[in-house]
Amino acid sequence: MDEHYDVIVLGTGLKECIISGLLSVEGKKVLHMDRNGYYGGESASLNLNQLWEKFRGEQNNGKPPAELGASRDYNVDLIPKFILSSGLLVKMLLHTDVTRYLDFKVVDGSYVYQGGKIQKVPSTDKEALSSSLVGLLEKLPLRKFFIYVQNYEENKPETHEGLKLKEMSMSDLFKKFGIKDNLIDFIGHAIALYLDDSYLNQPAFGTVMRMKLYADSLARYSKSPYIYPMYGLGELPQAFARLSAIYGGTYMLNKPIENIVFGEDGKIRVTSEGETVTCDQIVCDPSYFPDKVQKKGKIIRSICVLNAPVNGADKKFESLQIIIPQKQVKRESDIYVGVISAPHMVCPKGKFIAIVSTTVETADPEKELAPAYALLGQIQEKFVSISDFYEPIGDGVQDKIFISKSYDATSHFETTCEDVMDIYKRITGKDLVLTVHPNILKQQQEQGVEEN
Amino acid sequence: MNNNNKIFQFKLVLLGEAAVGKSSLVLRFVRGHFLDYQESTIGAAFLAQTVCLNDTTVKFEIWDTAGQERYHTLAPMYYRGAQAAIVVYDIRSEDSFERAIKWVKELQRQGSPNIVIALAGNKLDLAAKRKVETAEAQQYAEENGLLFMETSAKTSQNVNELFVEIAKKLPKTPTTRPGSGRLPIPPIDNNNNKKKCCN
Repeated sequence: MDEHYDVIVLGTGLKECIISGLLSVEGKKVLHMDRNGYYGGESASLNLNQLWEKFRGEQNNGKPPAELGASRDYNVDLIPKFILSSGLLVKMLLHTDVTRYLDFKVVDGSYVYQGGKIQKVPSTDKEALSSSLVGLLEKLPLRKFFIYVQNYEENKPETHEGLKLKEMSMSDLFKKFGIKDNLIDFIGHAIALYLDDSYLNQPAFGTVMRMKLYADSLARYSKSPYIYPMYGLGELPQAFARLSAIYGGTYMLNKPIENIVFGEDGKIRVTSEGETVTCDQIVCDPSYFPDKVQKKGKIIRSICVLNAPVNGADKKFESLQIIIPQKQVKRESDIYVGVISAPHMVCPKGKFIAIVSTTVETADPEKELAPAYALLGQIQEKFVSISDFYEPIGDGVQDKIFISKSYDATSHFETTCEDVMDIYKRITGKDLVLTVHPNILKQQQEQGVEEN
Repeated sequence: MNNNNKIFQFKLVLLGEAAVGKSSLVLRFVRGHFLDYQESTIGAAFLAQTVCLNDTTVKFEIWDTAGQERYHTLAPMYYRGAQAAIVVYDIRSEDSFERAIKWVKELQRQGSPNIVIALAGNKLDLAAKRKVETAEAQQYAEENGLLFMETSAKTSQNVNELFVEIAKKLPKTPTTRPGSGRLPIPPIDNNNNKKKCCN
């Protein structure tokens, strides 16, 4: 094996698979390897046996209890997130036509925690009117603010009403519209989906864009702003890997990487199982270069198997999100709960998978999840992980090693995709334009794509 | 074609060792041609072809492996939700037959519960160099409830027949009508959303 590749991608997490797919579509020669025998790395969805082995090992003779049901019925995400239906990930799926490999379901609803119980985030005008989330006196200023945000367009100064959103802070914009306290919390965390309050001192523009994204996403399917793929999020990296393979990318799993050497000819030599190949650039997740990344905090994720729907939520809902804003539970960052169930092909009928996650703030991380556990009622089985969040130290432009960040605690894929776009730009020197790729259009035309 | 026909759509996947003729079988069926030196297909995510039965039309959305079988890295997503699979081996290769059996087992373990599996012994035009006996494969197929045919993508022998047999065996239910149950993901048109999030 004495081959040269433009790019070698290490690790088959979602970010690496998207980049691999994008580069293959561009015509780059890509070799994609993973030390594991399965796709997805941290972004995999596991069946019950895999889950048990990872979290419990030899406990109960290495076998999950029979009352949990058949292993193959489970596809449990290690990193819980939902997809904003007008967000960057959907744009990337459309850009590459990868939507065609996957089936999605709309998430049934979103809840926010206030005063010890959960309340539905309104998804229609009717729900908004009857919602107790917003006090009577607050309705008018809120309405004015929403209309402003809805009409705001970056390129149309007449919609700005004289406000310079790229200069003024978000907290000043809230003040300007007379929005305070609980309502700020609600907008910042349940609509703009920020996981802490640092956005308040940032330019208001970012928050306004996030609010518009939420509204656009909600408008697409009207139940909630989120969609979720059948069989779990682990399908996403596999689908982008297929895209890469279709455009000539080579895939190898079970490939431990023994050595990476920088040659004087500018080529990088990658050795696996005694065989060496060369490349110009490497893209990888943080685990492949422990000395080129730095630790930036910890995230706790708790996978809970339930036998009943979440208390206080609509019993008919097959999937939902609960946001516990930090202030409500005297924290710095929000706690998220994502609930999915059998219709998504992630667990047997009658069971629910609730994944609780947050940024770790204390020495006793699991205790931090108590408010969320209280909402879930009886938990049949619980798999808890605490993982470090890593960021690359360098940007890769010098050493040609482009390392992705770990998956963060946010409840959606926007930051994931921003990292992908950033890495793409550093590798290729150009912005990723998220219209349908010309090479994909060409293929669609040749095949005479039929829409039903 | 009778326009009053009911149309049913199915996802069909091809499985089997590299170079047993999976792509050739599909290209013969879909486009009616055969290339002696077929390169591994680049850029073909799906091919579609229909089979007309008496009162129904079956439309196959055919997924090719995109070469991911070469290093045994075919993702489970590939055969997820497939209602039909053709597991192909080369009648000149015992190894490819062994590999085919492994794929059948994988499908029985991980595939859809009611998946229709067809076992295809390909390269029948090269029967002089046969290593896998028809009777052996036939018996295996019968024991496992598989359709079985020996085919030649080169001469087209049994290729259409194979797809017709699969089409006949597939259950025609309302959920297999085109467009049923699939969430549409329309293009995202920026600045064209007039709906409010709440009031």
